[in-house]
Amino acid sequence: MILLLRIAATHVRNRLRQTVVSTLGVALGVGFSVAMASLMEGSQRDFMATLIEAIPHVEILDEQRAPRDQPASLKYDAVVFHGLRPKEDLRGIRNPTEALASLRDWVGGMLAPRLSGQAVLRYSGQDIGLTLIGVVPRRELAVSKIGEDMRLGSFNDLDTTSNGLVIGDKAASRLGADLGDTVTLTSANGVAKRFKIVGLFHTGITTSDEGLAYAPLKAVQILLEKPDIINSISIHLNRIKDANEVAARAERQLGYKAVSWEEANEGLMEAFFVRNVIMYTVVGAILVVAGFGIYNIVSTIVHEKAKDIAILKSLGFPEGDIQRIFVLEGLVIGVLGAIAGSCLGFALSSYLATVKFELTTDVEMTRLPIHFSVYHYVIACLLALFSSAIAGLLPARKAARLNPVDIIRGAT
Amino acid sequence: MSAAPQPKADTPLLEVSGLTRILPAVVPVTLVKDVTFTVGESEFVAITGPSGSGKSSLLYLLGLLDRPTKGEVRIGGSPTHDLSSAEMAHLRLEKLGFVFQFHFLLPEFTALDNVLIPMQRLGKLSRKAQEEHARGLLADLGLEAFLHRRPEQLSGGQRQRVAVARALANSPDLILADEPTGSLDSAATEQVFESLQKIVERQGTTVIAVTHDLELAARMARRIHLVDGMVDFDRRS
Ligand SMILES: Nc1ncnc2c1ncn2[C@@H]1O[C@H](COP(=O)(O)OP(=O)(O)O)[C@@H](O)[C@H]1O
Ligand SMILES: [Mg+2]
Repeated sequence: MILLLRIAATHVRNRLRQTVVSTLGVALGVGFSVAMASLMEGSQRDFMATLIEAIPHVEILDEQRAPRDQPASLKYDAVVFHGLRPKEDLRGIRNPTEALASLRDWVGGMLAPRLSGQAVLRYSGQDIGLTLIGVVPRRELAVSKIGEDMRLGSFNDLDTTSNGLVIGDKAASRLGADLGDTVTLTSANGVAKRFKIVGLFHTGITTSDEGLAYAPLKAVQILLEKPDIINSISIHLNRIKDANEVAARAERQLGYKAVSWEEANEGLMEAFFVRNVIMYTVVGAILVVAGFGIYNIVSTIVHEKAKDIAILKSLGFPEGDIQRIFVLEGLVIGVLGAIAGSCLGFALSSYLATVKFELTTDVEMTRLPIHFSVYHYVIACLLALFSSAIAGLLPARKAARLNPVDIIRGAT
Repeated sequence: MSAAPQPKADTPLLEVSGLTRILPAVVPVTLVKDVTFTVGESEFVAITGPSGSGKSSLLYLLGLLDRPTKGEVRIGGSPTHDLSSAEMAHLRLEKLGFVFQFHFLLPEFTALDNVLIPMQRLGKLSRKAQEEHARGLLADLGLEAFLHRRPEQLSGGQRQRVAVARALANSPDLILADEPTGSLDSAATEQVFESLQKIVERQGTTVIAVTHDLELAARMARRIHLVDGMVDFDRRS
């Protein structure tokens, strides 16, 4: 094999210019692939990190995954009832204290109970509808980023002010209300209660800033006439990887639907997957193009070296050896290109990582998020080697099949 | 046509019987027709005949570079017609050596490398022994000063002697030469011829050489004359 490699290297070395050009082709392919992959994975990770901080890792909801069995179907086996309406059900997680305590036993993370419902906020003759979330402030701060989004006042004041209210800055400006003002909230059942604005938040998400309000859990339970009931538990895990497991176990234990952040963002995960597929398709396409360069040079060598092929065959080199020599020639270029491309890719992504952007929008991205991973290099290099092996194989098979007698006759 | 002489050894080195090669075409071309002869160890055989009489074609068949349409070639008593191409290649590597009219050296390798390559492929000797053997072969042929020259830096006679050294690399039983002196001047012809003669006399290797030089043919122990792809006569001098 060393001998074959030596012969291959000699052929390649003697066509230096073409070799350099096709090596550059592979190197550019690998280099840009690596840079693109590190940028794409970097932005994906950046986005995920932001997302994971902002949303609960597991959320237990007051729903069942399957609709409830009707009493009749429990009693009779093969009977189908039409037109039955389920009994009016006072939704919500009953015995929240007990549920929370049983979860706290084994869940590694923070738990926050919530009761949310619709309410109308009235101030100086104007109404807006919003989603009112009853929270235990201490716990809510541990599972969400609302604390960081506060612009005025303090989320913790909900703890000390039993009728405190935190609303979005957009809602406040629509109503003309300000910190310290007293507003009226009315539930769907017509219960009204006065609240005092103790804080304003700004998340950057308009629907939240216009349509969300936080109040102490007790106050919301009274307003919505759901004493001692909550309708969700948010969990912020210490180890995010456990999310699916924790969700499944919590669901088995409590009988309520528990959704992990991955399940909740399934569409997003699919989008990322599709994005990666597209990326590697592009990478593959680049390397196929680089493969054409290799095919071209190896074909040329096979053509020019027909006499040498005949010599080697007459000396007793079997067809397999001849094929290997020319596959190796493709691989030599592929390996050189992969090495040069890895260096280029590293240089390119290192440079991109230092580029700074001055953006004045709310979502600030001061730097391109570059993620360095050895996998990007391994995948790009493997694809490059695969492509160069195929590109070498096609002319190599032709070389192996050359009939030495034809060539020897032709040369004399 | 005269009868082939009986070989000296019990198992002849090379047995050819009814060898025929027809090129399939709209009008098939018969290159070699019903050739039968036997060659023993340490023979020096000339193959002569007019141009186009099938001398080269016969040599390619003997050297397992081509397959006959009919008949067979036995080497060391073993038939070769049912060998795979890889097995044939191995037999060429181990038992046969070729010298062609034009040198057919690998242009990018030095004289020494050209001789080393078949040894390295066979891999029977240690690296050191290979190197020693190759240097010895080239020195025997008066080429010790040209070990590191590439073919383009050598004269025609020197190249052809490198080709002879390469044919000897794996100590073959049989060397097949197709007009080895065909493109050389008389001085170089003499050198190459003498080197082949020495191989037969000193090492007992059999050499079959195609030549159109009847003076040279007369200096060889046996001459097989072809006409139209058939053996016209086969006689010892
Ligand atoms: N591929 C081929 N197609 C047609 N004719 C061929 C081919 N190869 C050889 N021949 C013919 O076969 C004959 C024998 O050729 P060759 O063995 O080279 O003769 P020699 O070596 O005695 O000059 C010649 O007439 C040659 O023209
Ligand atoms: Mg000829």
